[in-house]
Amino acid sequence: MKSAPTSNGGGVPVVIRGLHKSLAGQPVLCGVDLAIEPGEIFVIMGPSGSGKSVLLRHIIGLTSPDAGEVLIGGESIQSPSVRDRIRMAMVFQSGALLNSLTVAENVGLYLREHALLPPAQIDARVAEKLAAVGLTGQEDKLPGELSGGMKKRVAIARALVVEPQLLLYDEPTSELDPMMAATVSREIVALQRRLHVTSIIVSHDRDLAFGIAHRLAIIREGRILCVGTPEAVRALPDAGVREFLDANFKHA
Amino acid sequence: MFFQDIGQAVLLFCRALRQWPAVWRERQKVWEQLHEIGNASLFMACLLAFFIGGVLALQTGPVMSDRGVSNFIGGMVGLAMCKELGPVMMAVLISGRIGSAMAAEIGSMQVYQEIDALRTMNIDPVRYLVLPRLVAIVVGLPLLVLFAVVVGWMGGALVCMSNPEINLTYNGYMNSLSNMVRVGDVANGLIKSIAFAVVIGVVSCHQGLNTIGGPRGVGRSVTKAVVNSIVMILMLDYVLTRLMIRL
Repeated sequence: MKSAPTSNGGGVPVVIRGLHKSLAGQPVLCGVDLAIEPGEIFVIMGPSGSGKSVLLRHIIGLTSPDAGEVLIGGESIQSPSVRDRIRMAMVFQSGALLNSLTVAENVGLYLREHALLPPAQIDARVAEKLAAVGLTGQEDKLPGELSGGMKKRVAIARALVVEPQLLLYDEPTSELDPMMAATVSREIVALQRRLHVTSIIVSHDRDLAFGIAHRLAIIREGRILCVGTPEAVRALPDAGVREFLDANFKHA
Repeated sequence: MFFQDIGQAVLLFCRALRQWPAVWRERQKVWEQLHEIGNASLFMACLLAFFIGGVLALQTGPVMSDRGVSNFIGGMVGLAMCKELGPVMMAVLISGRIGSAMAAEIGSMQVYQEIDALRTMNIDPVRYLVLPRLVAIVVGLPLLVLFAVVVGWMGGALVCMSNPEINLTYNGYMNSLSNMVRVGDVANGLIKSIAFAVVIGVVSCHQGLNTIGGPRGVGRSVTKAVVNSIVMILMLDYVLTRLMIRL
């Protein structure tokens, strides 16, 4: 039995160099360069179709780039050993829960499949993580019986079980009511403080981004427009940045 | 495209073979899949086999009786069922019932990012999804074929006894069958069914894993899984028959 994840040993740096990707002949990422510090909460913002989620898939290694590289803790994400060395997790926009498994089985899947703990301790760890996202008592439900927001919270609990060094969130507050969105935002910050996990968040939720990010980047048409602290980005005069940040529902 | 699919399916089979040591660990999932195969198909397999055996006897019995060789009817039905019709018809049935379900389930998981989620948790989808299904179908299909062969023989016997144009007793039918059918002939059919099971499992899982798009993509994968499996089963049947005819 391998050792269970109790402490993640701190966050890991992420370096993205010259990332290019085209899908069906359309360029989606056009030379993305980013350097994310260990333990940082880094938010990637941008309008729909700007390449945010594709970038996230490259960072976690689900998609291979046409050119460029992603280094996690100094090692290429495409290297077979990187997942054994560094614990990573991702919260998918849809939750991506396994529909044939119960909530408890979904949350405990990582521990069970890697035989990291005895079953009783896995149950205890699952109960603890479900309590952290306010889902105590939902253990035996199937994903099909949950609302979109509850699925998202189960997905977050599933990611927390891994005690990750790198945690990626794809639109973590979409489909959540404002109170639950605030809870999730606080949980992201608490996790970063407790584990010093490197958190990369893709979102177009400006409240979330400016509320919790140490630094943020704005991506548009596959290019990074700017990178900086929330204050620095808010003060930028760049027209493309302003157009995204100042968009609102008011009539012109 | 068909040959590209075959090439990719062969690679998937090799990856599944490399995961072979994990079979014991995945025994619970193998058991669940076996239950699925048996539960979903046993009755249908028996029904199909009964009528195939019956039709075989009905088509050939009167002609053979007219020519005075009715004592060969049992052997003819027995050999046809165990060497050819049992394995092939059961494989076609299973590719329609179980192969399509495999492709649909894995395809849905692909579309709804469940397989991506497995990868991010460092869980190999081939070990988690493909291996249990492959092992279960390789165990389950030969067992179904065995049932089907016996039931097919019984179907032939019933027709021979009940049809006045054939007018063969049960003992006469079974004597003919036991004189002509050897254990090796049954083994011949079982070997074929193992090969067909590998084809159905690998082709269906491959199509599921390669699903793109939404529900429409799942539908396409299911169709391709069933059609490709049946085409490959019939091609492989000829090759295996040629190889085993000399044994």
